[in-house]
Amino acid sequence: MTESRLAPDAASYSSVVPAGDFWIHEIKKGQTFRIVDLEGNQAVDTLFYSVRDTSERYSAQDTICAQANIYLTTGTTLISNLRNPMLTIVADTCGRHDTLGGACAQESNQVRYAIAKRHMHACRNSFLLAVAPPSWNLTKRDVTANINFFMNVPVTPDGKLTFEDGISEAKKYVELRAEMDVICVISNCPQLNNPCNAYNPTPVQVLIWD
Amino acid sequence: MSTAEVCLWEDTIEAGASWALILRRGNSLRIEDPNGGANVAAMFYNFDCPVERYNMPDTLKAQHIAHLTKGFVLYSDMGRILCSITDDSCGWHDPLCSHNDAAAVASKYGASSYQTDRNAWHRNTRDNFLAEASKYGLGLRDIGQNVNFFSKVVVEESGAMIFVPGNSKAGDYVELRAEMNVLVILDTGQHPLDPNPVYDPRPVRFQVGQATPPGPDDPCRISRSENERGFINTERYFL
Repeated sequence: MTESRLAPDAASYSSVVPAGDFWIHEIKKGQTFRIVDLEGNQAVDTLFYSVRDTSERYSAQDTICAQANIYLTTGTTLISNLRNPMLTIVADTCGRHDTLGGACAQESNQVRYAIAKRHMHACRNSFLLAVAPPSWNLTKRDVTANINFFMNVPVTPDGKLTFEDGISEAKKYVELRAEMDVICVISNCPQLNNPCNAYNPTPVQVLIWD
Repeated sequence: MSTAEVCLWEDTIEAGASWALILRRGNSLRIEDPNGGANVAAMFYNFDCPVERYNMPDTLKAQHIAHLTKGFVLYSDMGRILCSITDDSCGWHDPLCSHNDAAAVASKYGASSYQTDRNAWHRNTRDNFLAEASKYGLGLRDIGQNVNFFSKVVVEESGAMIFVPGNSKAGDYVELRAEMNVLVILDTGQHPLDPNPVYDPRPVRFQVGQATPPGPDDPCRISRSENERGFINTERYFL
């Protein structure tokens, strides 16, 4: 647990991402980026790409391998597929965040819950719509394994993995310093089939400081 | 071969080398570690539409697992099963970790070049993956998550990842059954968390065969209800 000294009033950018919506935005090297879980227990599915060359992007496997730990928290450096530091987590009042659970999708909901769940809103559609404008130079092949801020996906020594009730609460936040110019893509998770959003998706706030 | 009715062809992937194989729906792939201590990094794509590919999170969360062995399946991002794991003698394969690149191999194992060492130079999995993927029109954007067959990484309660040496013994094997037409890219480079300070990748043997089709009581299908639905999605794709 590490608190930030940055005042929300001093932020150069602030926006609320409603439940189930997406958000895509550039964050410049040296800027600080905060995500606030406004009402608690809200999974925030997040991807990062290098502005300079979007074939360089956040890599979940490289990030956990580099720190030899599956959980993300203060001190974690988010590593790209080219093994460069993209962002560093500099404050975190939640404690840990997941990067193994990925994003929900209509197709994986069919597998996990029922074939008839295909109609339900899912993060992967939000990601695909967020990057749909051709100017981002991103397509489905670029939508890779993401971070789930505020989500609790424990792994046991005997190799089991579960989705547990969140450990986040209202107003908990995570804050990152950008080590390169990045495009951030967020899907504020609409999943209603498991406890990742406490069965009630809620808005989150994003803030940027220069 | 336990689940293959016919062996179609077989060969060796040399130490530190890579090979992209096409498995037709119904083919089996048996990979054997003749010497022990092998690691085989693997990426999987739908050969007919490669934008559909292996998805680590969907594989893990559908089956509530952080390791792979017999009875589990490998999911694509489209809710379909690329391959089932039909047999396995070593009990644990790592789905969590990445693979080495040129910088990691140089810093861990020292300098080596083609100019001085010819074909004994230190290869790295990333460059091998890029070369093999490019032969099928894929590139850096398509190199997503990989599996590391024969390697074991245990996650402690703190989240710490511990590489377990000696997971694969001489003669150990893993056997897959392709449930779709699959492009699989295999590489025998060392595991990124293997503490061995010496460049010492191991070769593996592989056999491509014709598998017995998965029946209604197939162990991978009935291992959990999620997989029954995964098979439904996959079978609908081929109707």
